[in-house]
Amino acid sequence: MTFVLTEEQNMLKEAARDFTAEQLSLKYFREKRNAGANGKDPESWNSMAEMGWAGVLIPEEFGGSEFGYVGLGQVLEAQGRTLAPTPLLQTALIGVSAIVLGGSDEQKATLLPKIAEGKITTALAVDETAHHTPANTSLKAVATGGAFTLEGKKTFVANGHFADLFILVARTSGEPGDTNGLTLFMIPRETDGLTVTELNTLDYHGAANLTLDGVVVPNADVLGPVDGGWAILEPVLDRACIGLAAEMLGSSEAAFEMTHEYLQTRKQFGQLIGSFQSLQHRAAIMFSEMEQTRSCIAAALNALDQGSDDISELASLAKARASKLVHLVSNETIQMHGGIGMTDEHDSGFYIKRARVQEALYGGEGYHRERYADLLGF
Amino acid sequence: MADGMDPALDAFRAETRAWLEENCPPSMRTPQTEDEVVWGGRREKFKNPESKLWLERMASKGWTAPTWPKEYGGGGLSKDENLILQQELKRIEARHALNSFGLWMLGPVLLEYATHEQKLKFIPDIVNGKIRWCQGYSEPGAGSDLAGLQTKCEDKGDHWLINGQKVWTSYADEADWIFCLVRTDTSVKHEGISFVLFDMESEGVEARPIKLISGSSPFCETFFNDVKVPKDQLVGRLNGGWEIAKRLLQYERSNISATGFGSARSGSPELPEIAKHYVGTTADGKLADADMRSRLADVMMADKAFKLTIARSAEQAKAGEEVGHTASIIKYAAAKLNQAKTEFTVEAMGAQGLGWEGEGYSEHELMAPKAMLRAKANSIEGGTSEINLNVVAKRVLGLKDHKG
Repeated sequence: MTFVLTEEQNMLKEAARDFTAEQLSLKYFREKRNAGANGKDPESWNSMAEMGWAGVLIPEEFGGSEFGYVGLGQVLEAQGRTLAPTPLLQTALIGVSAIVLGGSDEQKATLLPKIAEGKITTALAVDETAHHTPANTSLKAVATGGAFTLEGKKTFVANGHFADLFILVARTSGEPGDTNGLTLFMIPRETDGLTVTELNTLDYHGAANLTLDGVVVPNADVLGPVDGGWAILEPVLDRACIGLAAEMLGSSEAAFEMTHEYLQTRKQFGQLIGSFQSLQHRAAIMFSEMEQTRSCIAAALNALDQGSDDISELASLAKARASKLVHLVSNETIQMHGGIGMTDEHDSGFYIKRARVQEALYGGEGYHRERYADLLGF
Repeated sequence: MADGMDPALDAFRAETRAWLEENCPPSMRTPQTEDEVVWGGRREKFKNPESKLWLERMASKGWTAPTWPKEYGGGGLSKDENLILQQELKRIEARHALNSFGLWMLGPVLLEYATHEQKLKFIPDIVNGKIRWCQGYSEPGAGSDLAGLQTKCEDKGDHWLINGQKVWTSYADEADWIFCLVRTDTSVKHEGISFVLFDMESEGVEARPIKLISGSSPFCETFFNDVKVPKDQLVGRLNGGWEIAKRLLQYERSNISATGFGSARSGSPELPEIAKHYVGTTADGKLADADMRSRLADVMMADKAFKLTIARSAEQAKAGEEVGHTASIIKYAAAKLNQAKTEFTVEAMGAQGLGWEGEGYSEHELMAPKAMLRAKANSIEGGTSEINLNVVAKRVLGLKDHKG
């Protein structure tokens, strides 16, 4: 079955929806925002780790439940509904995938149990310019006998302001643009020469820029083969896109539900505004886009669990369609709410702010159209 | 799928495979060409004689309508058996033995609403393709507002007398019989409609083809002038036709959904190949026009999203989940997609996509603008996209009607 959840997956979905609705509600998000948390919330992450969600992809021998991508997708979708800023995507999906795909037995044994317990969170440092172009990595890592020395900058690192461990892409050979010559390094936050600049982002989730000034990384902390990092990075980014798309579906769905509710309560000219055909049709179009995007994301998550050979295509499909969807829905949410949707006291603004960040992260619609064309060979 | 777990089904698969190997003629395993599609009926010419053989053999098993009861000529197969049959047909890439409105639309509602005698009279000839049916729904004054139809049907004691006009009657000039919505009570709207069947050769019936912007004439204007129809050819209850009409539209829309408006048209090169051929490629094999490349990717993604949605809906239905919500958007999405694909094809072909007939253009090139123009009807026929969106808004999203 590709599209029908198993009983266990459905239970996880329900549990995640209940959890986010109760403990990570929009009301809570607003309180945290008002308190200036910038997306950092260690207590909530501890609770999520206690639910076992940090270890959904971690093999049982390392303390996880190995429950799979479809399962994790349900949790990501649930947290997308309330825009919860958690390290789940960065850690449980991206960090774990990188370590499982590229890590040595020792690295796995050291790191995965800690991640499963919620003791450390990770962040993938890949972009160096304003746009996501992973092959253009230019941050240099030079071998210096038993270690590498890294110089350069990373931008817009999601969870970078909170993470304990960075998984950083650097160039060990070749030129920017080459997929060969990239290497992944694991760098703890407290490392000499590493400066973390916290960013206050539009969506109140926060992020960080990194500056590396003579950072020394021992060979033991190289993740995967030297110069062959692309073979790990590309599947990790595919997973990142699919997981983020699941979160975006949740955000779109919740914004749509809020708007749908408003159409059925707000009156003008003595009528419910939802009785006006111009709004009915636009609501129906959003619904149509949402249904089709849901199919793409379900297929992509399932392809990960099956280890299918079209994961990259489905990842770009899922991310591009989710970007298109969340863009449409977040705009319509404001327009259909009218003036109230423009006010800070209403939640519409939270959705559009988060949407723009979600759209850009790991490549926007344009980037993934290009990639889809590459993959399909035209 | 209980394959491998149920010995009876395994045996059915083996038998089916053997029967198909023996009975499906070689040319019926090649891609379907437009001019060899079999619609059946008294005037079917069977351009390829093997098409006739294939239809006769499939109909003898009832496999043109695999799940209909044997009593009425169907195959009497269970859902699982039918799934196996379809898989085996697909395995050998067999053509459809028969395409027909009878199979897709009329048959299912007859099974539900007709009397036993009516079923015996009409269904076997749908299964074996002897009678070709057309659909008398739209009228000049009743398109999206279908229930406003005025074609009059009067009770003359021993027969019905029908007067009026239908329009957009698909293939009325080639069909043998018509299933027709008529007004049997003028004092009410929806509750005054009945569903009748009659022979297009009846006296007083005239069908005139309508030439479309695409150059083809698949539709007719159909006139009824004092047409006498036997009393036993009214299906269901007198004035109870609207319910049947709506049910039939559901079958029509789900059939459109399953085929996605001719996106399965065989023999036409895929969009990327067309684009590369006419637009050219860069040294690294990319489409030379970056803007078109990006938009083509968007169309290809929409196509994939649509196909995945069809697959999701089918799988969820099979698992017993509620899929009405998903199904409701399919026709709207299919129309939009087919329009995007056919528009892109014309654009990609450039000047070669702008021919109408004659020399200087290949057959594919001449088809492209006609397909693009034909696709404009996708958002009109079988319920306009606006009506589809109304249905989604009201039935799925529960939005209320506007007052006054």
